[in-house]
Amino acid sequence: MNYIFDGTYNGFLCCVFEYFEYKDSNVQLQVEGDDDAQTALFDSSKTIITDISKVKRVQAGLQKHLGKSIAMDFFRVFLSEDRKAWAASFSIICQIFLGKTNILGNYGNEEVLYFKQTLKKVSRERHRMKAFIRFSRSSDGMFFAVVEPDFNVLPLIATFFKNRYADQKWLIYDVKRKYGLLYVKENVMEVKLSPEEKHALTTDTVITLDEKDEHFQNLWKRYYQSTNIEARRNMKLHLQYVPKRYWKYLVEKQ
Amino acid sequence: MERIEEKLKILADAAKYDVSCSSSGSKRKNTGGIGNASASGICHTYTEDGRCVSLLKILLTNHCIYDCAFCVSRKSNDVKRAAFTVEEVVDLTMNFYRRNYIEGLFLSSGIFKNADFTMERLMRIVKKLRLEEKYNGYIHLKTIPGASEELIKEAGLYVDRMSINLEMPTEAGLKMVAPEKDHESVKKPLAFVQNQIQEYKAESKLIKHTPQFVPAGQSTQMVIGATPETDLEIMNVAKTFYNDYKLKRVYYSGYIPINTENSLLPQVGSRPPLVRENRLYQTDWLLRFYDFNLDEILNPKHQQLDLDIDPKLSWALRNPQYFPIDINTADYKQIIRIPGVGRQSAMKIIQSRKFGRLSEYQVKKMGIAFNRARHFMRCADTPIILGSSSMEYVKQTILQRNSNKYLKETSSAQLTLF
Repeated sequence: MNYIFDGTYNGFLCCVFEYFEYKDSNVQLQVEGDDDAQTALFDSSKTIITDISKVKRVQAGLQKHLGKSIAMDFFRVFLSEDRKAWAASFSIICQIFLGKTNILGNYGNEEVLYFKQTLKKVSRERHRMKAFIRFSRSSDGMFFAVVEPDFNVLPLIATFFKNRYADQKWLIYDVKRKYGLLYVKENVMEVKLSPEEKHALTTDTVITLDEKDEHFQNLWKRYYQSTNIEARRNMKLHLQYVPKRYWKYLVEKQ
Repeated sequence: MERIEEKLKILADAAKYDVSCSSSGSKRKNTGGIGNASASGICHTYTEDGRCVSLLKILLTNHCIYDCAFCVSRKSNDVKRAAFTVEEVVDLTMNFYRRNYIEGLFLSSGIFKNADFTMERLMRIVKKLRLEEKYNGYIHLKTIPGASEELIKEAGLYVDRMSINLEMPTEAGLKMVAPEKDHESVKKPLAFVQNQIQEYKAESKLIKHTPQFVPAGQSTQMVIGATPETDLEIMNVAKTFYNDYKLKRVYYSGYIPINTENSLLPQVGSRPPLVRENRLYQTDWLLRFYDFNLDEILNPKHQQLDLDIDPKLSWALRNPQYFPIDINTADYKQIIRIPGVGRQSAMKIIQSRKFGRLSEYQVKKMGIAFNRARHFMRCADTPIILGSSSMEYVKQTILQRNSNKYLKETSSAQLTLF
């Protein structure tokens, strides 16, 4: 049976609810609007409606079995946007609700191993975003940054930036997923930008930078060069730590 | 070049031989200003030498009254001198921090006039950051040997980590290149800060709001390969310092030749002993996290670490009587002794085997270095081979199967230093 859901984590949890309500066999997850969801219309399939009361029940169940922080791991893995990891998650959650509560310790199991490996990848990307985000200061005092993370990790770094940069206005925008986090006066909110605003953010032409911003960017580049020890040059290691796909938004790699 | 840019160039260049860039271990919170500490530390970028950049690491000045032969800022060295003002350092730190370039500040200095004068100037920067800028990010401050206890005590209330470098591993080595210095002047302040840390900890059990005192602890650094100490001597010193002063880290810094005048030191142009440095760190980890005793790895019969293989593998080859270890029955402490199996893989093995005996194909995927580990462990499906192969044969097999990244270097420049 194909379950077609809306592609959100809440929708995903509703698929779990559906499975336990109707005990369908051979469940495959598909996202509305995906190519494979189109053809799936001819197989036996049903559209899962996201219902917040069902979400809450599944979430409460997960938390009861695993504790709050491990239950969160399913959300983290979901942010990978990797369909294979979603399938593994679905299967693992179902087995947990069927009584195998300690299944997550079984690294010998292919699905668990894949789930854990994906979890690690997402956590690494989350950590990288904490490290690699570079703010520019605009003339009106807003600190803004553009990112293109491999996974949809903005929800996982909001609290970190909120606590750290509590006294400045900031915006972090994910160009790949077309939304951002905006922090103003103690609140982080999710924002979508109009095409003009988005253009302004990614080209630096419309937003006027603070007059000192370029000065500090230059000083940072100078520091970055001076703190390198040429006799220890190790480009292989350098690339391993700072893969090229991140260079685009790193001031010191420009 | 602007003057501030030139100062930054000179004073970052002079500070870079201090290898510590750790920003972990502190739990400082943002109390109504900007910044906090990240317990795990964050490396914001990496230089082309592959080293982490998490802190703005600078000297306040590279003017120095000392003439230590291994140091780039020594009095007799003909380099450009510069000094930051207090405001300049604060301004740089805040602006870099607000743009998420750095985790914090690593502040050191050449000694000008005297120890107290220098320490007092460093303190002004630290206090301005904490009190005026309401900055709660990470600060690593060098303790200036010889500074008064009052100053050191006050500093400890504002910074996250303090460190003093041993420079050379042994007193004899230090005297060769820096006759004006001695280890005693390092030990005394390390001990003083350690005592204070413990007093504050004891107090915080009784009183709720005790101020934090050097929450990320202390560290030190030894220069490797400038003076003729053996690895055994070096690790013995490290062990003593970990025990006596509860250091968070001992750093080993392969000497990079920067002195053309001193004939005792390796000549300019010779390669820094990077592989040896790596082996020392591996040994350090085995002692602190793998429950090894130093004399298992280094002892009077075996005073130098092998350069071509890692110290755990080297130990295993010398002690075949402990192997093979059956990963389906052995306890955690035994499993982490298998070459190629780390602590995380060992935990995975322990958890997973509750679900059934583990086979090679499963263990391979858990992230172990199978090429090394296979000679020392037994899985559910490992065929039983009568008679064991000689350890010399095992070593050759491992080295052949690994296109060993160290072999190229170890055969040439590394050994010629001694």
